Amino acid sequence: MSTATGTQTMTFIQAVNDALSIMLEENSNVILMGEDIGKNGGVFRATDGLQERFGEKRVMDTPLSEAGFIGAAIGMAVNGFIPVTEIQFLGFIYPAYEQIMTHASRLRMRTMGHFSVPMVIRAPYGAGVRAPEIHCDSTEALFTHMPGIKVVCPSSPGDAKGLLIAAIEDPDPVLFLEPMRCYRSVREEVPDRKYTIEIGKGKKLIEGCDVTLLTWGAMVPPAIKAAEEMKEKGISCEVIDLRTLYPLDRDIIAESVQKTGRTIIVHEAHGTGGVGNDIMSIINDTSFLYQKAPAERVTGFDAPVPYFGFEDHYLPNARRIVHAIEKVIRF
Amino acid sequence: MEISFPIIQMIDQNGNITKEQYQNQITEDLIRNFYKHMFRMRLFDRKAISLQRQGRIGTYAPFEGQEAAQAGSALALEKDDWLFPTYRDHGAAMVFGHSLRQILLFWNGRNEGCIPPEGKKIFPPGIPIATQIPHAAGAAYAEKLKGNKNAAIVYFGDGATSEGDFHEGLNFASVVKAPVVFFNQNNGYAISVPTEKQMNSKTIAQKSLAYDIPGVRVDGNDVFAVYFETLSALERARNGQGPTLIEAVTWRKGAHTTADDPSKYRDQEESKIFQEQLDPLKRLERIMKNKGIYNENWIKSIEEVAVKEIDQAVSDMEAFPPPDPANIFDHVFAELVWPLQKQKEEYLALIGGEIE
Repeated sequence: MSTATGTQTMTFIQAVNDALSIMLEENSNVILMGEDIGKNGGVFRATDGLQERFGEKRVMDTPLSEAGFIGAAIGMAVNGFIPVTEIQFLGFIYPAYEQIMTHASRLRMRTMGHFSVPMVIRAPYGAGVRAPEIHCDSTEALFTHMPGIKVVCPSSPGDAKGLLIAAIEDPDPVLFLEPMRCYRSVREEVPDRKYTIEIGKGKKLIEGCDVTLLTWGAMVPPAIKAAEEMKEKGISCEVIDLRTLYPLDRDIIAESVQKTGRTIIVHEAHGTGGVGNDIMSIINDTSFLYQKAPAERVTGFDAPVPYFGFEDHYLPNARRIVHAIEKVIRF
Repeated sequence: MEISFPIIQMIDQNGNITKEQYQNQITEDLIRNFYKHMFRMRLFDRKAISLQRQGRIGTYAPFEGQEAAQAGSALALEKDDWLFPTYRDHGAAMVFGHSLRQILLFWNGRNEGCIPPEGKKIFPPGIPIATQIPHAAGAAYAEKLKGNKNAAIVYFGDGATSEGDFHEGLNFASVVKAPVVFFNQNNGYAISVPTEKQMNSKTIAQKSLAYDIPGVRVDGNDVFAVYFETLSALERARNGQGPTLIEAVTWRKGAHTTADDPSKYRDQEESKIFQEQLDPLKRLERIMKNKGIYNENWIKSIEEVAVKEIDQAVSDMEAFPPPDPANIFDHVFAELVWPLQKQKEEYLALIGGEIE
């Protein structure tokens, strides 16, 4: 047992489990739904032990039916429950895209607030774990483009816990993206108690003054690595984990890029139509006259995420980020 | 399959009771009540078409010919049940207590029209085909989890049964034994595509077999068969026996919408003959005549009441305040997020003097 003020060393996946467990305990309307999340505890063990503890009604193994159970969750959300659904991999969300696009995200608007959909869709995403085809997509921009849903993507255990609880308490649908690469790669001290982190707020991970690195999710570690390499070369990089992709934290972006005048945006999703472009717009709108060089984007290519034999080439890494930093410094 | 799923009929096309055992169920009160609702629906539907022709509402999806299917099923509901209509089921919604003004507002491009009267659990019309089916399964399952006896009914057409969401919704509901009635109106056409090009299945009711739930095929123009079969399905639902698939075989008299021309894809002469034979209101008139209770004065009196109500709804719709552009921004999330706040401020500032 831990005390009210205690902490525990946790991985990202354990922090997700902890957040879910706290909310199941606290609010009897919270229901977990998804494929293999019950008896099996989820393919990544995010819901490990929760069905045993809270029962089959609260932690439900659904049919293998993404549109079906997301659609049913919408009906349950409208009728008083808070479904926290798991899409096994983001690359398998597409059958449910119609339900999210045409209903979950717009029911409040359609009915001017009479009906709303307080649900969470958790989805592991991203390449770099040598997973099979389609298991590696990073298509967050399909959802940031969708009005009426928030998109959250933490990179650390502590943020995962606080943001997941905030997502469950949010009155609107939230897509909660979990970088698979971060599931077990780091451990950190996470408070035992219930706490939330505000959706829409980024976090400065490294303070710097020459270049701003804006990133999230599984691209945080390579950005940090690049910043460390540049430090040795005498270049000071500020690293910001945006944590929420809709709505973006305009203030943290503007403040940093006005200070440095040089920006690198790093994301593993395809460049065209990516969230990086929206960040570019924010820089343009808020900080045009502060720029010392055109902002650079380091992204996945405009190709389907390749089989894992090629993924090290596809994924942005410290080398590509360093290259971009040198480019904006030289400009 | 037509033998395994025979069409249940209580009143035939000539207004005769098909089996002696139904005699007691077909009371004069029920006949009159059904007729009143269906006549009101038809008057509303025709008025709406005329409003569209005059440019007073937008594109409209008529339901004439399907009054028995919609009224019979909606009248079987209890007041705390859920109703998930499509864009062609506002007949059912108005029978269940939706406001006529709201329905007209919906067809006139106003979100306000999606707000049901206080306490009425009526979902906004499902637009993408079949997508409302899983919602009904979920809302019904939620009632079960809460320990309530409320059920849900969800409407959809023949074309919807080709969609994945139909199968996913039925499968989900059958697994959790959700108290829901899947109410199909097989009106012969999905816009222009006839059922024989839509599916190889001879019936829609047989699709219940795959989910091991009851499947019932009723004469959708026989309001009694629809009513009593829906009532039984709802009773099973409330008793924990799970969902039922009902196929109401009916006929869409008019176009898919006011933007559609059915003469391009179906024989309108044939349709006219069908309509004459199948018309659910005429069938009720025939039974009234057979029973010697047909009364023109009574029909006139209910017509007067309905016309007055409909005219009032039209004036209320037309007197409704003009759209406030702030509403575009204010209901996307519970609280405005900054991109919407910024867009709202900029747009409202731009049009500043022009809004009331």
